[in-house]
Amino acid sequence: MGSYVLRRVLQMVPVFFGTTLLIFVMVYTLPGDPVSALFGEKAADPAVVASIKHKYFLDQPLWKQYLHYMGNLFQGDFGTSFTGRPVSDIMAGAFPVTIRLALLAFVFEVILGLTLGVVSGLRRGSIPDTLVLVLTLVVISIPVFVLAYIAQTVFATNLGWVTPTVQDSYDLSQLVLPAFVLGSLSLAFVARLTRTSIGENLRADYMRTAVAKGLPRRTIVFRHLLRNSLIPVVTFLGTDLGALMGGAIVTEGIFNVQGIGNVLYRAINTKEGPTVVGIVTVLVIVYLVASLLVDLLYAVLDPRIRYV
Amino acid sequence: MPVAARARLVLAAATSVVLVATGCSSGGGGGTSSSDASKTFSYQSSEPQNPLQPANANEVGGGRIIQNLFKGLVDYDPSTAKIRMQVADKIDTSDSQTFKVTLKDGWKFHDGTPVHAKNFVDAWNWGANPANGQINSSWFSDIEGYQDVHPTNGKPTTDKMSGLTVTDDLHFTVNLSHKVSYFEYKLGYIAFSPLPDGFFKDPAGYGQKPVGNGPYQFVSWAHNSEVVTKTFPGYQGVDKPKNGGIVFKMYNTSEAAYADLQSSNLDVMDQVPPSALATYKSDLGDRAIDAPQGAIQNIGFTLYQSDWSSPDKAKVRQGLSMAIDRGTITKTVLQGSRKPATAWVAEGVEGYKDGACGDFCKFDPAKAKQLIQEGGGVPGNKLLITYNADGGHKEWVDAVCNSIRQNTGVDCLGDPKPDFKTARAAITSHQLNGAFRTGWVQDYPLNANFLSDVYRTGAASNDFGYSSPQFDDAATKADAAASVADTVSGYQSAEAVLPSGMPAIPLWYYRTNSGYSTKVQNVKFDSFGNPAWTEVEVKG
Repeated sequence: MGSYVLRRVLQMVPVFFGTTLLIFVMVYTLPGDPVSALFGEKAADPAVVASIKHKYFLDQPLWKQYLHYMGNLFQGDFGTSFTGRPVSDIMAGAFPVTIRLALLAFVFEVILGLTLGVVSGLRRGSIPDTLVLVLTLVVISIPVFVLAYIAQTVFATNLGWVTPTVQDSYDLSQLVLPAFVLGSLSLAFVARLTRTSIGENLRADYMRTAVAKGLPRRTIVFRHLLRNSLIPVVTFLGTDLGALMGGAIVTEGIFNVQGIGNVLYRAINTKEGPTVVGIVTVLVIVYLVASLLVDLLYAVLDPRIRYV
Repeated sequence: MPVAARARLVLAAATSVVLVATGCSSGGGGGTSSSDASKTFSYQSSEPQNPLQPANANEVGGGRIIQNLFKGLVDYDPSTAKIRMQVADKIDTSDSQTFKVTLKDGWKFHDGTPVHAKNFVDAWNWGANPANGQINSSWFSDIEGYQDVHPTNGKPTTDKMSGLTVTDDLHFTVNLSHKVSYFEYKLGYIAFSPLPDGFFKDPAGYGQKPVGNGPYQFVSWAHNSEVVTKTFPGYQGVDKPKNGGIVFKMYNTSEAAYADLQSSNLDVMDQVPPSALATYKSDLGDRAIDAPQGAIQNIGFTLYQSDWSSPDKAKVRQGLSMAIDRGTITKTVLQGSRKPATAWVAEGVEGYKDGACGDFCKFDPAKAKQLIQEGGGVPGNKLLITYNADGGHKEWVDAVCNSIRQNTGVDCLGDPKPDFKTARAAITSHQLNGAFRTGWVQDYPLNANFLSDVYRTGAASNDFGYSSPQFDDAATKADAAASVADTVSGYQSAEAVLPSGMPAIPLWYYRTNSGYSTKVQNVKFDSFGNPAWTEVEVKG
C-alpha cells in the first residue's frame, strides 16, 4: 500500500510538467497579442509594448518563458498579472471561495444524491422511485445556466428570500443557492447511478444469503448492499470534485461569485499566461489528489481490491 | 476612442478595452426625497486591467475609478459637455502652440501635500517614458520633446520633455511641437492628472493604493470584489460631492448587475444587458435612463486594397450606405438602443453637424442600386463584413447584410472573428477583404477627436488606409486655428470632404440605456456614458 501511494505520487510529477507545458503552449498559441490588446482599438505604441513585454518576459521564445516560469515556480513565485498583483495572491483570494462553493455542492450531491438513489433503488417502481426518475431527468436535460437563471428569478426576484447575486463571496450561507445549482446536475447523476447499482446488487447471491441468514435489514443494507453498490458512485464522486471546481465558471458568473472560475475566465480573455497556468496547475493537482483518494477508498470498500 | 470596449462591455461580457473620462449632457434624474450626503452608493464595475495609475487606465474598469480619485487641470461639465476649469485657474495661449497654465491655490492631494505645477510636469514626464509601460503614453505626443523621451526606436536620450517648464509653484508652460488649438480639450483626459511626490518613489505601490486629488479618496481594494472610496473633505473642485463616496462593485456579467439593480442591491449601472433592453423601461419605471452617448458605429472599408482604391469605388460605398435601412434596424434589431447616424461625428459632441453625410445616409434602394452600378459594382458582387463575435454584433451585421442583399442584389455576409483581439489583429495587419465593423467612442467631446484621429492620412486609428489631401489640409488648418470655435468649424469643413470619398459608412450613435435603484436619486448620465458621479444623491 505504501509503495503504491508513493508510485502514484511520483506519477504526478510528469503529469504536472506535461500539463503546465501544454497549457503554456496553448495560451501562447491563442490568437492575438495580449500586450497590444491592452490598448483596445487604439494603435499600440511600439515602445510601450516592448517595455511591457520585457517586463513580463514575453519578448523571449516560448521555451525560455517556460523555463523562466518553472524556475520561478520552484522558488514559490507564480508570476505577476497585468494588474501588478502576484498570481499567488490572486489564487489565495479566489481558491477559498471556489473550494467552499464546490464542497458545498459536493455535500448536496452526496447527501441528497445518495439518499434519493438508495430510496428509489430499494423501492423500484414505487411512486417515490418514479418521482426521482422524472425529477433527475428534468435536471439532466436542462443546461446549468438555465437552471441558475430560474433559481435566481424565483428565489431572489420573485420570492425575495436571497439577493440575486452573492454579496459576500466568503459568506457560506450566501453560497447555498449557487452551490445547489452547481451540484444539481451531478446530484442527478449520483442518484441514478446509485439506484442502478443497488438494483443490480439486490439480485446478487450474497444478498440472498444475507437475507436467508436472517440478518437485520439495517445490516443488510448498510454493511452488504451499500458497501458494494458504492464503488461506481465513489469513482464518479472523486472525479466530479475536480469537475465542480472547474465547472464553477458558469455558476460563478451568473451569481457573481468571486471565485477561481471568474478569475480564470478573465485571464484567458486577456491571455494572461501566468494566471492561467497557475490556476490550471492547481486544478490539475486537485484532480490528481481526488483520483488518488478514490483509488485508496476502493480498498476500504472492497477488501478484495488490494494495491501492492 | 474606438467603440470596441464600450460595446464589448455592454453587449458581451469579459474584459473591456476603452476608457472614458468625465463628461457631458444629461439623461434621467428625478426624485425629490431628502438625501444624506454622508451615505455611499454602489456602482457596477469590473476588475481594473492595470494598476490604478492615471496614464495607465484606458479601459472602463480602471478608468472610471481613476477619474473619481484624480482631477486634472480641466474637465467637462456633465450637463453641457463644455470644458470647465478645475485645478487650472486659467490656460492662456496666443498662438495655439504655447500654453501658459495658472493653477488655483489651495488644492491638495489626499495625503495632504499641495498640488503644484511640478506635480503635473513630473506626472506627464513619467507617463511619457516608455520604461514605465504606461498605456496612455501617446497622449503626451503633442508636447515638444516627446520624441526624445519616447523614441519609436532605440533608447530615450532624456526623461524630461523640453516643452514642459515649471515657472513657480502655481505656474507652468507647455510648448507643443505643432499647433493644436484644442489642446485644452485633451487636458480633460485622465492621463493628464497630477501625481503626488510620493508616487515616484513607489509607482507599483501607489498603483495598488492610489493617492489622488479628486473628489473621492481611495479607501480599499478587495480584488475582484470591490473598490471602496469616500468623499475627500478637502476637495477644491467646482463639483463638490453630494454623497459620501462610491463603492465600485465588480460584476462579471451585466446580467448579474441588472438582477442586483432590480432588487436595489446595486445602485447605479453602466448599461442594461441586451436581454433586458426590451423590458428595462417597464421594469424600472421612472428610474430608467435613456441618454445620448458620444459614440458611433461605422462600417469601414479596406481602401488600401486595389479592389477598393479606385476613385469610382466611392460611388459603390455611397450606394451601399444608401441601401442600409438604419431606421428599421435600430428600432427592431437594436431595440431602440441606437439612433440612426447622419454624420461621422456623434450627436451631442461639440461641432456635431446633423446631416453631414447628406443623402448618402438616407435609405433609398433605387438610388443605391444606381450608384453601385455607376461605380462598377462590388468586387465579385460579394461583400464581407468582419466583426468580433464576442461583442454582440452578429445580429446587426446580419441585418445590415440583409438590407444590402435585398435592396441591391449584392451578396453580403458577416465574417465573424472569435474575439476582439483577433478581429483587431486582422484589421490592423490588413488581412481583410472588403469591409469591417468599426466605431469610435469620444476621448473628449469635440468633433476633432472623431475626425483627426480616424480619417487623417496615417492617423493611428485610420484602419482604412484613407488618404485625402483636402481632408488633411482642412484638418491642419483647423488645428492651427486661433480659437476652439474656429477649430470646430474647421473640422466641420474637413468632415464635409468625407461624403465624396466615403471611407466609412456611419451607421448609428450609441445611447446609454441604464437605470438606478430605489435608494438613490438625481442620477444623470453624461455623453461618456458615465453618471455625474458627484451629483448622485443617496436617500436619507
